[in-house]
Amino acid sequence: MSEPGRRVGADGGRENRFWAGLALPGVVWLCVFFLLPFYVILCVALGSLDPILLTPAPEWNPLQWNTAAFEFVLDNLFTPGAAFETVFVRTFFYVLIATTLSLLIAYPVAYYVARYGGRWKGLLLVGLIAPFFISYLMRMLAWINLLQDDGWVNSVLIWVGILDAPRNWLDGRASSVILGLVYGYVPFMILPLYAFLDRIDRSLLEAARDLGASPFQAFRLVTLPLSTPAILAGVVIIALPMFGDYYTPDLLSGAPQTSLIGNQINLYIRGGQQVPVGAALVVVLMVFLTVLMGYYLFATARAQRRLGG
Amino acid sequence: MTRVRTWLGNPWAKPRFLVLFTALYLVWSIVPILIAIRFSFNEGRSRSTAQGWSLRWYTGDPDASVLHDPTLHSALAQSLRLAAIAVLVTVPLGVALAVGLTRWRGRGAGTARGISLATLVTPEIVMGTALLLVFIELLTFIPLGTVAQAIGHITFSIIFVVIIVRGRLLAIGPEYEEAARDLGASRLQAIRLALLPMLIPAVVASGIIVFAISMDDFVISAFLSSGTDTDTVPVRIYSQGRTAPTPALNALATVTLVLTIVIALVGFLLWRGVRAARGQTGSTVGEFAALDAEGVR
Repeated sequence: MSEPGRRVGADGGRENRFWAGLALPGVVWLCVFFLLPFYVILCVALGSLDPILLTPAPEWNPLQWNTAAFEFVLDNLFTPGAAFETVFVRTFFYVLIATTLSLLIAYPVAYYVARYGGRWKGLLLVGLIAPFFISYLMRMLAWINLLQDDGWVNSVLIWVGILDAPRNWLDGRASSVILGLVYGYVPFMILPLYAFLDRIDRSLLEAARDLGASPFQAFRLVTLPLSTPAILAGVVIIALPMFGDYYTPDLLSGAPQTSLIGNQINLYIRGGQQVPVGAALVVVLMVFLTVLMGYYLFATARAQRRLGG
Repeated sequence: MTRVRTWLGNPWAKPRFLVLFTALYLVWSIVPILIAIRFSFNEGRSRSTAQGWSLRWYTGDPDASVLHDPTLHSALAQSLRLAAIAVLVTVPLGVALAVGLTRWRGRGAGTARGISLATLVTPEIVMGTALLLVFIELLTFIPLGTVAQAIGHITFSIIFVVIIVRGRLLAIGPEYEEAARDLGASRLQAIRLALLPMLIPAVVASGIIVFAISMDDFVISAFLSSGTDTDTVPVRIYSQGRTAPTPALNALATVTLVLTIVIALVGFLLWRGVRAARGQTGSTVGEFAALDAEGVR
C-alpha cells in the first residue's frame, strides 16, 4: 500500500485503479439498489400474474417476456376517454400549470434576494431555506387545516365577501391540488434560481444601461437570457417529482376526479391486484420523463451556445 | 404596468414591487406552518379553529397525545432512526464515491458518474416501486421495514453527498495531495492527512442535507414500510391527515419540525465552526444556501 516518494500520476494505471477502488463501494451499491431494481421492474411488467394468488410472477428471461400488461397500458393510454389517457392528460396539465405558477413566483423572489438582498440577505435566505427543513407532508397538513369547512380560508373569504357560504375545498378540486403542488415545490425552484442569479455579473447590466438600454430592456436582453439555463433547471427540478406525486392529490382532494398518474401507480403497485400493470405504468412514465430530460439537455445546450459558452 | 416593469428592470431604483412580492411570498410560505403549530396547542379537538391553549395533544391526553399514542411517538422514533442510519452510512459511502469519481479517469468513470446522476432525476415513486419489487421478488432475504427503508434512503441521498463533496474537491485541486506524496506520504496517508481535513466542512454540510432529506422523505418510507410500527412521521401524516380526529397529528408534526431544525442548527454551527477553523471566510448563510441549491440542482 505505502510507496514513499512516488509522485502522483507517475504510475497512471495503478493510480487510476486506486481511485476506481475508492469509488467501488458506492458504485456497487448503486448497481445493486438502483440499476438492478429497474431490471426487476421490467421483468415484473413483462412477466405474468399468478392465476390463483394474483401475485406477480416476474419473467427473468428476456426471450420469454410477455407484453400483455404493456399492451393493456398502452391501449388504455392512447384511447381517448380511457382511464389512463384521462389521468395522464390531467397530470400533464396540473404539472404544466403548477410549474408555470411556480416559475412566476420563484423568479421575482430569487431575483429580489439575489440582487437587492443587501444586509437582509442572510435573513431572507433563512426564510427561503426554511421549507427544506419542514417536511413536505407537514406543509400539506397545514393546508388541510386551513382549507377545512370551518377553516380560516373559508372564514377569511366569507369575511371579505367573496364567498357567501363555506366552500368544500378538500373534495375533488383541481385548484386545491394545484395550490398544494405550487406551495410544496416552489422552494425547490427558488434556490437554484437564486444561486444562479446571484452569480450574474452586474457589470453586464451596467454595460447594457450605458449602451442605452432601458431598465426593462436590460432585464429582457441581458438578465433573462443569461438565466435561461437556471429557469430550465428549475422547471426540471420540480416537474420531475410532480409527475410522480400522488400524496398531494390524496391529501388535498382524495377524489377520483383529481387522480394523477402517481395515484394510478400507487394503486396498482400497492393495491396488489395488477402489479404488472403498475410496473408497466412506471416504465411508461420513465420513458416519458427520459424524453423530457433529453429535451431539457438539448434546450440547455442550445441556450449555452446562444450565450457563447 | 409600465411602473411595475420599471421596478423589475432598473438595477438602481428601489424595487418596491419586488420587496412587496418577496414579503408576500415569505408570509404565504411561513404563516400556514405557524397556524398548524398554533392548532397543535388547542385545548379542544378542532384542527381548524383556535380553541384555547394547552399541551393536551403533546402530553396531557391519556390516549391521543403524542406521548401516549404509540403510533405517533413510534413514527417519530422511526423517522429519527432512519435519518441517523442514512447519515452514518451515506456520508462515508458518498465521500469515497465523490473522491473516487472526481479523480478516476477511464472507461468506467463516465458510466459511474451517469448512474449516480440518474438517481437525482428519478422520481421517488419510480425508485420506490423499483426497490419494493426488488425486495419482494429478488432480494427476498432483505425484509421490508427498517432495513429496506434505510437502504432506500441511502440510495437516493448518496448523490447529494457526491455533489457537495465534489464541488469542494474541485475547488481544492490536487496540489495538496501531491505535496503530501512528495513529502513521503502514501496514497491513503495523503488522503487522510491532507485531503480529508480540508473536506470536513463539506462532509458536515452533506451530513445535514442527508439528515434533512431523510426526515422529509415520504414515498420510499411508505412503499418500503412493513406496517404501522415502521411508519415514519410523514407516512403517519399521510395516512391520518384527512381523518385524524384531533390536533395530536399537528403536535407530532411540530415536535418533528422542532427536532429537525434543532439538529440541523447544531450541524450548521458545527459546519461554521470547522469552516472557520479551516480559515474559510465569507457569508456563511449564503454559502450554505448555495450548497443547498447545489444539492437540489
